[in-house]
Amino acid sequence: MSLLREASSRLWSIRSSEQVALAKRAAQITAELQQGVTRPYKNVIDCSWGDPHREGLNPLTFVRQVVAACLYPSLLTSEVLPVDVQLRAKGLLGECGGGSVGSYTSTAGIPKIVQSVSEFISQRDGAVPSSPENIFITLGSQRSLMMVLKIFVKNEGTIQTGVLSPVPSYPYFNMALSMQGGVMVPYHLCEEQGWKLKVDELSRALHAARGHCNPMALYVINPGNPTGQVQSRKSIEDVIRFAAEEKLFLLADEVYQDSVHDPKCEFVSYKKVLFEMGPPFSSSVELASFNSISKGYFGECGLRGGYVEFVNLDPTVMGHVYTLFSMDNCAAVLGQIILDIMAHPPQPGDPSYPTFSEEVRAIQDTLASNVQRVQTVLGSLPGISCQPIKGGIFAFPQLHIPPCAIQQAKEAGMEPDVFYASRLLEETGLCVGAGSEHGQSEGTHHIRLCIATPTENMEEVLNRLSTFHLSFRSHFS
Amino acid sequence: MESDDQLTTLKEWTLVAKLAHRHKRMLKLTDSVCRLGNLRSLSNHCKSLSGLSAARRGLIQRKMSENGVTVRRSKVLTIDTMNATVKKVEYAVRGPIVQRAWQIEKELKEGAKKPFTEVIKANIGDAHAMGQQPITFFRQVLALCSYPELLNNNNFPEDAKSRARRILQGCGGKSIGAYSASQGIECIRQDVARYIERRDGGVPCDPDNVYLSTGASDGIVTMLKLLVAGEGRSRTGIMISIPQYPLYSAALAELDAVQVNYYLNEEKCWSLDISELQRSLEAARKHCNPRALCIINPGNPTGQVQSRQCIEDVIRFAAKERLFLMADEVYQDNVYADGCQFHSFKKVLFEMGPEYSDTVELASFHSTSKCYMGECGFRGGYMEVINMDPEVKAQLTKLVSVRLCPPVPGQALMDLVVNPPQPGEPSHGTFMKERNAVLSALAEKAKLTEQILNTVPGITCNPVQGAMYSFPASRCQSAPSRRLRRKGRLLTCCTA
Repeated sequence: MSLLREASSRLWSIRSSEQVALAKRAAQITAELQQGVTRPYKNVIDCSWGDPHREGLNPLTFVRQVVAACLYPSLLTSEVLPVDVQLRAKGLLGECGGGSVGSYTSTAGIPKIVQSVSEFISQRDGAVPSSPENIFITLGSQRSLMMVLKIFVKNEGTIQTGVLSPVPSYPYFNMALSMQGGVMVPYHLCEEQGWKLKVDELSRALHAARGHCNPMALYVINPGNPTGQVQSRKSIEDVIRFAAEEKLFLLADEVYQDSVHDPKCEFVSYKKVLFEMGPPFSSSVELASFNSISKGYFGECGLRGGYVEFVNLDPTVMGHVYTLFSMDNCAAVLGQIILDIMAHPPQPGDPSYPTFSEEVRAIQDTLASNVQRVQTVLGSLPGISCQPIKGGIFAFPQLHIPPCAIQQAKEAGMEPDVFYASRLLEETGLCVGAGSEHGQSEGTHHIRLCIATPTENMEEVLNRLSTFHLSFRSHFS
Repeated sequence: MESDDQLTTLKEWTLVAKLAHRHKRMLKLTDSVCRLGNLRSLSNHCKSLSGLSAARRGLIQRKMSENGVTVRRSKVLTIDTMNATVKKVEYAVRGPIVQRAWQIEKELKEGAKKPFTEVIKANIGDAHAMGQQPITFFRQVLALCSYPELLNNNNFPEDAKSRARRILQGCGGKSIGAYSASQGIECIRQDVARYIERRDGGVPCDPDNVYLSTGASDGIVTMLKLLVAGEGRSRTGIMISIPQYPLYSAALAELDAVQVNYYLNEEKCWSLDISELQRSLEAARKHCNPRALCIINPGNPTGQVQSRQCIEDVIRFAAKERLFLMADEVYQDNVYADGCQFHSFKKVLFEMGPEYSDTVELASFHSTSKCYMGECGFRGGYMEVINMDPEVKAQLTKLVSVRLCPPVPGQALMDLVVNPPQPGEPSHGTFMKERNAVLSALAEKAKLTEQILNTVPGITCNPVQGAMYSFPASRCQSAPSRRLRRKGRLLTCCTA
């Protein structure tokens, strides 16, 4: 018998992802199509990932020019690149050991870039102070979340550490929590009220959990993934008050902060609200906020870059946090470089500014237009309903699946939404995310589509989905 | 110079002399080492971490209440409520001495006067930071992948362009900004498999057994996670060499595994004796369940290159004692000494025949950070798993998916390392010239370090057969030695 079979039973209990199986099938079908197999469609569209570049959006030119120049500094003497690109690259290379992006950096990141990030945060939050000492640049927000969980989630022992986590949620957070030995304490967002976060639901979840675990933290995603709600300032204040009263460490996943579509909504950071609430909250509630280069208009998921900012962290803990982060050595340098650009993008007057701002505006317009189209098309279909998409990069409509289909899904050993998504893939070549991956209230079913995609692609996605949906309902009526 | 009977061998004070460094600096530094006799000043430097901010060092902040009594605010996350295993983690490579080095650098930049004008950080295997140049071809391809507009630029050779196109074809949306599959981009895993087959004289490699990783560290920690289980006397023990690369001890502390030390033999050029493995294992079995044996070859920090015979002996030992083998081979191109040659654990395993090759479970690790590439900042690497139970492999695949994917530029770089320019291709000549220049400079510095350090009274340095470090022993005055020994702390002094 293999040695490794005796490995930790905890790892075996991490739920396998149905989404992985769907993605594999999508890849298989793509390969078949390339080999000439005939199907009712010419290609597979996979909009199950939160991955703007995979979905067809382009990287920002300035970002890629700076990265290329940092990689291959000969470009700096060739006049191929605009002057501001050259200046930025030279400046960043000057901060790298030996002038190379191949060197390790300081644990928390290149100090100048950490400084840039703290200035960015401060500016974003209307001059709320931000100290570089409290910021760690990491290999993306998922890595940041995993590291922060390690700090307080006990990996062994009789009482598990609990973390309140929304339903629906970002599944990789819950997997990381489970892997670390913690337990998810689900609190349900209210779908009927636009996926609203309600404090009485937080309270219910917390008090139910206290018997069987030690809840230490509250994880919020704002704007929401997959749900797309944008929390109001009042809602954030209520959550902060709740965390203070119930002694919970706040984990604020704010990676979609640049993706707000509803002009009546505004992203306001947990840190800003906390600070503006004044003492005792501002000096006592412990908070970790997470941001990333993967989302927004950068979409650089594959470059792996992000940061975590700690607020009110116990100073005696910080030393250990530093040592823990140092085990990674440092974040990938190219990811750090892109963070610098995120913190200090081209400004009016810079040679690259016109192109940069136009590209950003185009992405924002595309997202806004896609939101409209998705809501219009899904709103016109029977048996499918979608809450307003205020922010984020996903649509998460609810499917009203006919009872016969639910029955057939059960017989196949599948969740009904996985059953729906599988047939959607086979029949139309459209791969979406199944709602059960994200968690949902009992008896409800959803799918998740990424809307960070060119408008023509969005149209094709909606065509395939509409056609399939009507035929599915008809078949199972 | 102190007389022999006054000297005390001081294992706590070790010098890690960095090889990837210019000769001038090497000589200057070695000179400084000769003058550096007073350990008291070194320990004072370590004490005075005042340069490091209070926040980072973790001083307790106390709030004075109105009547002058100190009141500590009650927090959710305190030194008592935090995950206890994290408190046990130490990582000397970026520990207090290194932090002090960064602080001194900052002070120098701000104009502080010191008996030196620069800090040379020879403590970490960072070749580019010490002046080693990147390989032109690699950087050209990566630049093309990042900004594909450059594919229309005539200043890039055709072979670089065709590599870039191939890599981009394997990326979602043809962008290195897309997530990859968590196991890594498929065509790159295939290229890695072919590289391994070529390296190992045709021993087959299944790309499905290849996992691209975020540096070798990611793969190593992932495997350790899979291995650690049990409680009390059945808690997993992991055998690691002493001296070791501190990632292992740090990871074991964090995972609350039992660290089982086996000592390399300094008198015999850091060789690995099976009798010592046996001793260590038997002692460990009294208090834990040893499951794996980690070996770094070529060694870090010791530089020894294991002979083929030794590798066979280790494999036999692992087979007999039912241990999972973890072979850290990130320095596989860094072999300098005459008569030494890198033998991969996998190749030797397969050449020992089915009794071993069908049963011994092995994971080998490689990285883009070392060898002739030195591209630490890309966080590129891979691991290959051999004879892994399919169900366990499914768990491994699930485990790596939680971290999403390794950085795509690091994956692309790994692809170029395993698939470099071939004879006849436009970039081949320059590539070989640069590669050979780096490796021969390292070989020269390996020799130079050993020679010069051995001329310093009180310092003895084994031959540096491979890797990127020398690990000399120093004998110091007895008073500071006693003090440092009481501290129980390993001090690392930058010398290169």
